Amino acid sequence: MSRERFKNQFRNLIGNPFNVIVLITLIMLFALIVIPLLAMVQNTFVVAKAEVMRKTIPGAKIGDYTLWYWKYLLASPLTKTILWVPLRNSLIIGAFVTVISVPLGALMAWLMVRTDIPGKGLLSALILIPYMIPSWCKALSWMTIFRNPSMGGYGVLYSLGIPVPNALASGFVPIIIVMTMHYYAFSYIMASGALRSINSELEEMGEIQGASKAQILKSITLPLILPSILSATIMTISKSIGTYGVAARLGGNNPDGTPFYVLATRMKAFINDGPNAVGYAMSILMILLAAGTIVVNQKLIGTRKSYATIGGKGTRSNLIPLRGAKWPMLIVITVFLVVAMVMPVFFLVMESFQIMPGAGYSPDNLTLYAWVGELQSAPHPSFNQNGLFRNSEFGRALGNTVKLSLIASLITAVFGQFFGYITTRGRGKWYGNAVEQLIFIPYLMPGVAFSAIYFSMFSQPRLGGLIPSLYGTFTLILLVSIVKHFPFASRSGSSNMMQISVELEEAATINGAGFWRRIRSIVIPLAKNGFLSGFLLSFISIAKELDLIAILMTPKNYTLSFLAFDYSKEAMPQVADAICIVIIVFILVTNRIADKFGGNVSKSM
Amino acid sequence: MSKIQLSHIDKFYGENHVLRDVNLTIEDGDFMTLLGPSGCGKTTTLRVISGLEKAQHGTMTIDDRMVIDADKAFFEAPSKRGLNLVFQSYALWPHMTVFENVAFGLKIKKMKKEEIEETVMRALRTMRIEEYRGRYPNELSGGQQQRVAIARAIASSPKLLLLDEPLSNLDARLRIDMRAELKRLHKETGTTIIYVTHDQVEALTMSTKIALFKEGEISQIDTPLGLYTNPIDLQAADFIGNPRINFIEAKGFYDGTGLKVKSAFGEYVFAKEFMKLDEEIPENREFDCVLGLRPEMVDIYTEDPHHKNTVPARVYANQPAGSETLVTLTVGDTEFLAIQVGLVEYDMNQNVFVVLHPGRMNVYNKETGRLIKYAKTKHKAGTDD
Repeated sequence: MSRERFKNQFRNLIGNPFNVIVLITLIMLFALIVIPLLAMVQNTFVVAKAEVMRKTIPGAKIGDYTLWYWKYLLASPLTKTILWVPLRNSLIIGAFVTVISVPLGALMAWLMVRTDIPGKGLLSALILIPYMIPSWCKALSWMTIFRNPSMGGYGVLYSLGIPVPNALASGFVPIIIVMTMHYYAFSYIMASGALRSINSELEEMGEIQGASKAQILKSITLPLILPSILSATIMTISKSIGTYGVAARLGGNNPDGTPFYVLATRMKAFINDGPNAVGYAMSILMILLAAGTIVVNQKLIGTRKSYATIGGKGTRSNLIPLRGAKWPMLIVITVFLVVAMVMPVFFLVMESFQIMPGAGYSPDNLTLYAWVGELQSAPHPSFNQNGLFRNSEFGRALGNTVKLSLIASLITAVFGQFFGYITTRGRGKWYGNAVEQLIFIPYLMPGVAFSAIYFSMFSQPRLGGLIPSLYGTFTLILLVSIVKHFPFASRSGSSNMMQISVELEEAATINGAGFWRRIRSIVIPLAKNGFLSGFLLSFISIAKELDLIAILMTPKNYTLSFLAFDYSKEAMPQVADAICIVIIVFILVTNRIADKFGGNVSKSM
Repeated sequence: MSKIQLSHIDKFYGENHVLRDVNLTIEDGDFMTLLGPSGCGKTTTLRVISGLEKAQHGTMTIDDRMVIDADKAFFEAPSKRGLNLVFQSYALWPHMTVFENVAFGLKIKKMKKEEIEETVMRALRTMRIEEYRGRYPNELSGGQQQRVAIARAIASSPKLLLLDEPLSNLDARLRIDMRAELKRLHKETGTTIIYVTHDQVEALTMSTKIALFKEGEISQIDTPLGLYTNPIDLQAADFIGNPRINFIEAKGFYDGTGLKVKSAFGEYVFAKEFMKLDEEIPENREFDCVLGLRPEMVDIYTEDPHHKNTVPARVYANQPAGSETLVTLTVGDTEFLAIQVGLVEYDMNQNVFVVLHPGRMNVYNKETGRLIKYAKTKHKAGTDD
């Protein structure tokens, strides 16, 4: 009897494709996330070939266990320069970005959701566009305006004869401002979501009790959205500490001539120049830092993530009249949009037409060369490449970008739906929780740290050569893009699957449909739109990605983002600008299409 | 032919023991209702029968064919049990038309196209919704969606039809219509039906048998009349009937030959033959008991009717409601509710005479809460009680 029971149990387990899929998923997530992470940790304790060849560790053999890398990072004469200073810089940047961008985003959210500010339709269509412009594009745009000889060129201001202090050309100020123009979106999206869920009757009750507008705002509205604001604050700190592209572009040099480093750029420098394992150790610190902030977030507000504020009487809410403050507030938003959207795009476009950047916009300094020129007819010897549309590197990068984004987002979106299926159907069961937690790990990691993991895992053959060294291959870039986007794709998948009631599937089961038939006839037709919007949003995100792939790039795999980044480091800002514009147009168009299928950029967080 | 037998079914959700040793036999052609408040395990029982949930312990047979044998981890697939299910939410597939919804299961059975067409249309005709065949579920009203859900369930001619609170999403009027519809469906098709509801009126009006659930256990299985007249314990009595049954505090004395019950209404003596002797009844000592008195078993007279079971009473409150009148009465300190047919006017504090029918009362042992004396199911006109 017990044998029969065992046989039946085995048959129940294996005969149900769902179980098999859960099993495969768990193994896959373990192999793609946990093992690489552990491998990187291990690498920081093992002597690598480079150190033996350079004889930096006396008497060490390859593969020996060592604390040398950690000592080098944490307790050596260099510690101050390689760790404490970059860490301090990162924290200063994180603090300022948060202090400015969170109130800014929350204010704009309040204006857009709860007040009668004029031109709301247009404003709400525009207000998230600055966020869609990749942050490193905004960094390039900053340079078009503020570049000075310390950054190796001239910007608009310099050409007008206005001396640009080094502090505005590079370092803290530009990095903080550019990141603020990007990360305001977190608090904007979260606060507006919270504000939308507040019934205006709660505020009206305050008014009836005799509270003034300011009192209502302070004692009723703010406390109700506080959990979301707190959440946005911690997200902003975590993200701004981990950002690579902006700091790499705008870091420049310290006043004493040494390079300005933040954690992310310092780590990348170690991975480029060695010792690699010190870079890995730094990325472990970054992961701990990011994970720490998110844990704090959950501890602080985990139990009261949001108030159940939705009243019984529908969601009709009365807007607060701004009266005299109407126009000043409109001006605040307009100024923001001009600074964060119009100007960056305008100056990128204008510089892309210039022969000499920073030499003014007179007709004799304008050219289409950066777009369509050929090298032999270059108007200035500083051009060392064909214009964009005649440039084979651009063609290849465009091809790579399309190939990468298309394949990666398709795979992520499909997996995301499966993960969503497993987590919603397995809610409260151990495997549902396990999948959810495993998928959450890449979310904790800054992009550049995550790619360090893959770099350390796959830059050498593994499993005795079964997996060859993947460094420099498209496969590795594809893999890292897919896995890093798992959290987002799985969230979009689970919100999609949540809308498909389990009973719809059970009804099919009763009617004799097996697992695959249910997936084919019930789940897929109903998940189609959500799938498409999830696909398009990951498509955008992967297409503009820079931080995540910077470490893994080799010339034949350059994507548009990385090509623009690379060109901007040479004396070729015009072509870099042109690439930025191509990317921005592409993002806006794709986003528009995603919008049609119910996708929304605010869901992509 | 389909007789369903559940034996010793136990079901846990984690630590939570939701079904406790459920035993239930459903005869061929029964309209069996699983009745009970929410969270009592009735829907879980239905889902175990359907195969959507797996029990941890127990067996189930359909026509002596084993479909669940939990100890051997054997669970027949839902689709091979010859049953179909109507969900509380209807669970209509929103991307399929009415026709496609009903045809889905038949297509899976690889039925021929013409045959599908014919079967689907027969089901739609039975539920009187042929004209909606091309519509999508969101283009239908709640009542129409309900009919589609039932049509989908009966299209495959199941031997057993399971219905999970199918009327709870309908408004009061539609609910009465659908009750009639379901009753007719049961008669016409002769299908065995298991019906889950928390609404006692649905249970009493439609079923041939009712299984009353309490905290994961079946506390009573009886016909609607049997359940109504003789609820097995105080909780069941309290649950069944609207307005609620009156509970009258009393003292009992059982000497082995009959039960003497003293209350505000006086003293009644019940013969042993009406007693439920397998219950705990203290012998030769006085014990606390409770009389169960249905409000409709109270007759009110303004003049003394000279009936043997007459008690003088006083009107506390009067609630005329058109087809019936609810009258709250007091006898001494004891307050109870009576229901009279039609509009009857009484003044507050008016003195009246009430005729009670002890034979139609239940007696419960207060300590155990269990029924110890049956009420007669019918009382003949002109008899003393």
